[in-house]
Amino acid sequence: MADITNQSLNEIIENVKTKKVSSTELTKAYVKNIESAKKLNAFVTTTFDQALDKAKQFDNKPNFDQLLPGIPLAVKDLFCTENTKTTAGSNILNNFIPSYESTVTKNLWDHGSFLLGKLNCDEFAMGSSNETSHYGNVINPVGDQLVPGGSSGGSSSALAADLTPATIGTDTGGSIRQPASFTGTVGLKPTYGLCSRWGIVAFASSLDQAGPMTKTIQDCAIMLEAMSGFDKKDSTSINKKEEQYSKNLKDNIKGLKIGIPKEYRVDNMPKEVDELWEKGKKILKDLGAQLIDISLPHTKYALPTYYIVAPAEASSNLARYDGVRYGYRSKQGKDLIEMYEKTRSEGFGDEVKRRILIGTYVLSSGYYDAYYLKAQKVRQLIKKDFDDSFKKIDAILTPSTPSSAFKIGEKTNDPVSMYLNDIFTVPVNLAGLPALSMPAGVDNKGHPLGLQLIGKALDEQKILNIGYAFEKNCCFRNKIKKWWS
Amino acid sequence: MSLDKEKIKHVAKLARISVDEAKVESLTKDLNSIFKFIEQLNELNTDKVEPLTSILNQSLRSRKDEISDGKIREKILKKFS
Repeated sequence: MADITNQSLNEIIENVKTKKVSSTELTKAYVKNIESAKKLNAFVTTTFDQALDKAKQFDNKPNFDQLLPGIPLAVKDLFCTENTKTTAGSNILNNFIPSYESTVTKNLWDHGSFLLGKLNCDEFAMGSSNETSHYGNVINPVGDQLVPGGSSGGSSSALAADLTPATIGTDTGGSIRQPASFTGTVGLKPTYGLCSRWGIVAFASSLDQAGPMTKTIQDCAIMLEAMSGFDKKDSTSINKKEEQYSKNLKDNIKGLKIGIPKEYRVDNMPKEVDELWEKGKKILKDLGAQLIDISLPHTKYALPTYYIVAPAEASSNLARYDGVRYGYRSKQGKDLIEMYEKTRSEGFGDEVKRRILIGTYVLSSGYYDAYYLKAQKVRQLIKKDFDDSFKKIDAILTPSTPSSAFKIGEKTNDPVSMYLNDIFTVPVNLAGLPALSMPAGVDNKGHPLGLQLIGKALDEQKILNIGYAFEKNCCFRNKIKKWWS
Repeated sequence: MSLDKEKIKHVAKLARISVDEAKVESLTKDLNSIFKFIEQLNELNTDKVEPLTSILNQSLRSRKDEISDGKIREKILKKFS
């Protein structure tokens, strides 16, 4: 048959179910693609032998009633995988082999899939370009000098290059949606609490959320269905009835009210981003949706708030990396304190250290009220903006990012300009809402751009439906030339 | 406000991260530009605003006071044998 790896997850599942392809053939096809794509540096670890064993087991005793029957999947290296090294893109975890499986990956395996490998990411998911990884830059398949976005950059690169049929990432401030936008793929950050955080290397616990990255909206619905669900091991997991997102996918959006926030038109935004937003509005309007101008007045304060809240939580979460119980330990240091200091200095990269220092400072005695408490108050105002708007609308349409993928090294010397990448994605994390980035077109360089749909809490089905209708009528399909193999 | 080198060395001490003397200069510059960005929040009056500590409307669940360590003691110990 034709190359199966450039099909959507949904098409691949159909081909497995109708026995046009076996799980072993499928797995071998991905192994071949991965081996010829080393230039992209998307993988930190591959688990080919284990995957081929699982594929064989599936083929000997197939169960086609599962959501992901015999499907190999690579996942971001932030998810703990039992007996498979989990680095979080950091030197400090370069030898960490978990004794347990994260709930989200376990859910995927319980639905019939298995691990193909672990995908590169920014160190501890702190970055917007995958340049902070200890394991090197990841290349965007769109162009050999371009970043794949971050922090789930290995995930977006591998997906766009057909190295995995679908994948998962984590999104603390845009780490699923921004790389999806940069690679012309679909990425969903679910409502805070919908997917368990248990077994995911923690960055900022009140913001972190795992979600699917896929080629199509339908694939996204399938993956979300498989990975989400209540988990008693996560104290902030939401206990609700599980939904059949893929079965309930509908493309009728007639009468839905779509909010257009005026604050998302920022200075220096390339005109293509604006044009694409207009195009998105027109498509939704032609499908019978009603466009409503809204205001989210505190939008410009979302990034400054995020850069207090996220580093504060990170400085606390990352205190556990001390070289004593597991992970990297420095050979220097004449006493315990010096061993801690050397371990953390050698184990963490520059961006992670910067954020730990910011976090330590904003939580320190005398500064807590001025920074951390202030940020929590502004976070309340940002959430209230959304709450007020959602009284009169069903969803919000915005650009996903203020620009397309930039060049490697272009923003590494200026942390603030790097942070500004997440200007449209961060408010959603602060408010705990679900948001989807979907490919919508290209800029004048031919690089993909995405549009973002933001929904009410737990309204994933609705934004998936709008995305599904959009996808059918947008007629944009990302085409990538395989220059790397 | 601005952060000087001494302050940064103190914070690094609190965070248990040793910082090379050679890197203090660039770190000071980076952190000051980040704090300048963060301090935009001072434009807002938040006197009457309640801080948001959790975005979930539910309170944390309680559970029975039972040991729930995952029952993987042997698995963990094996790594060090």
